[in-house]
Amino acid sequence: MKKIILSSVALALSAGVALADGHAKTIRMGTEGAYPPYNFLNDAGEVDGYEREMGDEMCKRAELTCEWVTNEWDSIIPNLTSGNYDTIIAGMSITDERDEVIDFTQNYIPPASSAYMAKSADADLTGGVIAAQTSTIQAGYVAESGATLLEFATYDDTVAAVMSGEADAVFADKDALVPTVEASGGELVFAGDDVPLGGGVGMGLRESDTELKEKFNAAITSMKEDGTINAAIVKWFGEDAKVFE
Amino acid sequence: MFEYCVDPPSLEGLVWLSCYLTTGKHMAFYGAFGTVLLLLAITAPTALAFGFGGAMAARARLAPLRWFGKGYIAIVRGVPDIAFFLFFVIALDQGIEYLRHRWKCPEWDEPIRQGSDFLVCQAAKMPLGNSAQWVHEAYGFSLAVLTFAIVFGAFAANVLFGAMQAVPRAQIETAEAYGMSPRQTFWRITVPQMWVYALPGLSNLWMVLIKATPLLFLLGVEDIVYWARDLGSAKTPRFTDYPHGDWRVYYFLVLLIFYLAFTRVSEVVLDRVMARLTLGQATTAGEAQRKGA
Repeated sequence: MKKIILSSVALALSAGVALADGHAKTIRMGTEGAYPPYNFLNDAGEVDGYEREMGDEMCKRAELTCEWVTNEWDSIIPNLTSGNYDTIIAGMSITDERDEVIDFTQNYIPPASSAYMAKSADADLTGGVIAAQTSTIQAGYVAESGATLLEFATYDDTVAAVMSGEADAVFADKDALVPTVEASGGELVFAGDDVPLGGGVGMGLRESDTELKEKFNAAITSMKEDGTINAAIVKWFGEDAKVFE
Repeated sequence: MFEYCVDPPSLEGLVWLSCYLTTGKHMAFYGAFGTVLLLLAITAPTALAFGFGGAMAARARLAPLRWFGKGYIAIVRGVPDIAFFLFFVIALDQGIEYLRHRWKCPEWDEPIRQGSDFLVCQAAKMPLGNSAQWVHEAYGFSLAVLTFAIVFGAFAANVLFGAMQAVPRAQIETAEAYGMSPRQTFWRITVPQMWVYALPGLSNLWMVLIKATPLLFLLGVEDIVYWARDLGSAKTPRFTDYPHGDWRVYYFLVLLIFYLAFTRVSEVVLDRVMARLTLGQATTAGEAQRKGA
């Protein structure tokens, strides 16, 4: 037994050394995996969605080796700055508050609307209880709107809160809400007007990683120019989604 | 998984269920049960070792060692688990990387802390940036084991410390009368007899440890609670071949049954261990056993 342990430790160590000598580092892409169609885990348990497709394409164009990891939304920024992964690609809107802590690439989804989803179209959006995901721009907006904010760790939990009657409505990215409304068979509907929020969705990076940021910016620019991004937006978010001009 | 699962929307009833329950995601869910059991299998003996060391240190005659032992018990027991888990893992991870950084990259002249970023050179990363995903997972898992061991070790140390003090003074005195050194008395008299006093406390800890495993998710290890939450949440047909409503309650029911069954088995085993340890002891239970035999 001791021998097995020793030899496996030796093996692990030598493998580590061999790898260290090898090629450039792998870029670890941090995502949430619970926000379809942006990012989610498919039936095989792998990260899938618009951001998976775009992220892989960006890595290919920037000639980087990438690997996907999931992390809870709540701690996604601290784990980036402490170096557990190298990028955040999780439907994160570019805002001034976040920009003070981390850096963003240019947006790969144009500034889009957020919307309210409720069981009836005349739900009380200004005085009622509104569910939103923690630390999102939507949560910040609800807090200032005068409604009672009910925060949840995941998007799924916010929808469940409306279904159970705990909250009057959910406030989230419209692109995320559309599939939920469609699948509910009329039980859930959009309420009130759409609200334009944020500066679009970009990839989050550590402020010190300027080189990586330039590489991804170049990749995104080329993907915007040849229409790859617009095609993928239509594919994942539908014909009505906002595309780059 | 099965050949007939090619077109899930056309399936119904049990056939559909058999396909649904064998998706890659469900396999990861089943695998997570193994992760939890493995964590317990490694953590329990490690925590016991930490506890034993802590209790010995707290009883030491050498003052600094005694302060260390008492300090360990007092500090870790006093800090909420969740705060300790969040703080300690980040601190440990950054501490390891900082030391490796000093050792491997002495020529590095940029500051390690830049604003909120923690930066070390690539060679000092733990695990290395180009390591395979399983290395990252194994590293996260080891951090989890170590953190669990330290937290539960402190509680175990307190239990064992009390158990060592509970060994009847007459037994120690007899050993001294036979001319045993303190070391001999400790290993031959105190340790074999203390377990019967320690076991109720330790079995409590074991039960708490079993139920504390969902904290794994805080440490980035994908455990059964993480998968149950993800699998149970409502799925729309656009993103899965197996759409369903909010099934979290069923998944959490499975977890509930798992934990209940597991703690029940533990109780049975611990009762047997207790009966074995009581044998021939100068306690009420030991006396009752002697009379019953």
